[in-house]
Amino acid sequence: MRLQTNSRLAAHYHLMRRIRTFEERVGELFVRGQSAGSMLHLSIGEEAAAVGVGSNMRDGDTFTTHHRGHGVFLARGADPRLMMAEIAGKETGYCSGKGGSMHIADMKLGHLGANAIVGGGIPSVVGAGLAARHRKSDNISVAFFGDGATGQGILYESMNMAALWHLPVLFVCINNQYGMGTRIDNATAAPDLHKRAVSFGLEGAQVDGSDVETVAEVAGDLISDARSGKPGFLVVDCYRFYGHARMDKSPYRDETEEAQGRLRDPVAKARQTLISRGEMNDESLDELDRQIAAEMDATIDFAADAREPQLDSIFDDVYDPSTPPPESVRDRLARVLGRARQA
Amino acid sequence: MGNTTYRDALRKALSDRMKADPDVVLIGEEVGRYGGAYGVTKGLVDEFGAERVIDTPISEPSIVGAAVGAAMSGLRPVAELMYVDFIGMTMDQLANQAAKIRYMFGGQIGVPMILRTQGGTGRSAGAQHSQSLEAYVMHTPGLRLAMPATVSDAYHLLQQSMAQPDPVVFIEHKALYATTGELDDKTPAAPWGKAHVPHLGNDLVIVTYSRQLHYALLAAETLAKDGIEATIIDLRTLNPLDIDTIRLHVERCGRAIVVSEGVMTAGVAAELAARISEECFDFLEDPVIRIAGEDIPISVSPLLETNSVPTPDLIAEAARMMLS
Repeated sequence: MRLQTNSRLAAHYHLMRRIRTFEERVGELFVRGQSAGSMLHLSIGEEAAAVGVGSNMRDGDTFTTHHRGHGVFLARGADPRLMMAEIAGKETGYCSGKGGSMHIADMKLGHLGANAIVGGGIPSVVGAGLAARHRKSDNISVAFFGDGATGQGILYESMNMAALWHLPVLFVCINNQYGMGTRIDNATAAPDLHKRAVSFGLEGAQVDGSDVETVAEVAGDLISDARSGKPGFLVVDCYRFYGHARMDKSPYRDETEEAQGRLRDPVAKARQTLISRGEMNDESLDELDRQIAAEMDATIDFAADAREPQLDSIFDDVYDPSTPPPESVRDRLARVLGRARQA
Repeated sequence: MGNTTYRDALRKALSDRMKADPDVVLIGEEVGRYGGAYGVTKGLVDEFGAERVIDTPISEPSIVGAAVGAAMSGLRPVAELMYVDFIGMTMDQLANQAAKIRYMFGGQIGVPMILRTQGGTGRSAGAQHSQSLEAYVMHTPGLRLAMPATVSDAYHLLQQSMAQPDPVVFIEHKALYATTGELDDKTPAAPWGKAHVPHLGNDLVIVTYSRQLHYALLAAETLAKDGIEATIIDLRTLNPLDIDTIRLHVERCGRAIVVSEGVMTAGVAAELAARISEECFDFLEDPVIRIAGEDIPISVSPLLETNSVPTPDLIAEAARMMLS
């Protein structure tokens, strides 16, 4: 699909709408019973973080994400069909059905992995930053994580190393106000998270995550600094529109709060701005939304029709394929008891 | 008497590999200017520079995590964990990240990193600096595990580890750094994944690794005076595990003792004993006997420390009881 305008905001709207619609379809995949499990964490409400930062990255840059990372990966060019197939646990998916929503990765796009351990992917960007400098490339590595990860010690270790070694690294904290069911003011006495980064010697900034243009502008500056060896930390304030995962009905917060939070909608805001500036109108936006809906509808069918992994792939890729795979329990039984009977 | 120490053989392995491959980097606490807590990396920062011999803050989880990211980005990092006792700090990066990345990501990429560390008793270092925690690693699919006992293997096994496509945890023994031996840097005792059999006998097999190899060899000398001839197997790597060599000799001798410095319960000795019992059941004259660390923390008192782990006397005593 081609946009009829060169507006940067229109391009951002397009990507954010694709993320929003993809996430809605992930929810449908679950309702249809075709997702592999219910460990599905939607990034609805957080699209501006993914797009604002992702659109400033370039080929060769790498990144890690967290359990709520679909949006970031899409913003970096993921094929939504292969993502949906992976979320359904199919062989056609990005990780042959072995990773799923929380362990999606693609080395070709620089995605060093989503992570189901809160904060688990953060130190990888320190290593990737060391490698980039070792190769004298100007690539950067970006760690995306939620506000929940600010409770993990490994974040501060990694921030310290990045600052100490002047690494081409950016830390992006998507502050959706909740770590599972715990609101940030129940998790920290000092919610100005970017100030922590400054105290570590990093460039620090905090932006309104309902405004993709602001996110993109600030992220652009931080990324440009990171490329020249000044690592940074960006906090994107937003609101998690829905529960922690698909089974969570958010009993820990009330409807008034949710209604208020959902007003901070980066997709709606971008749409209004495009109209008010005359860059697009309701008609052209509706048409764009319809095309995106059709694209994302197709991902569900693609995932549903995709092939299951072969059972005998279960022992593949524990180790490098040049070495023997682990022996199965059944093979060992046959060998050991077979030997005993012969003897 | 040998010409090289275990410590110098390790350093030579690192240095030779760093000369051959510019993507090898060392990263860890005190690896640079200090030269490593046990002196293994002494002088390497002068030879290769601070960009390749990277001193870190005291941040074990991120040392291992940075090595994971560096390995995924094309480097060959050798991370150093000063004591294996700190492995709990790093277990997420080691067991949830390094060990599982190849599998979780459908074989897209491996994590060719080394985690060098050291463990074991012998320096009155107390309960938090004297453990043998190899079972934690052996219990994690995706991690290779190498434990050199000899000067030759300090060199060759580390060289072989640095050529592996998968993450290797390489556990040295703190009581071995000053030991000496012949280093033939051209010929390893055995290829990667193969056990070495330094002593042959027909009465029983003693299966072991790391420092306990030397205790088993001392026990074998004593036993020979009593007319008991033991075969000694040095496993060298616990993953891969050379069950074929174990089976060959246990089937021939009909008796087996496994010796490990790690604690007995649910440990490496337990796994080895279970495998031998399953695989060699019809050839066994006696139950497979585990000689392992007592199920207690290690004391600072040299007397208590020495008696917390197997000794040559204990190994010999077990063999005599078995054959009496």
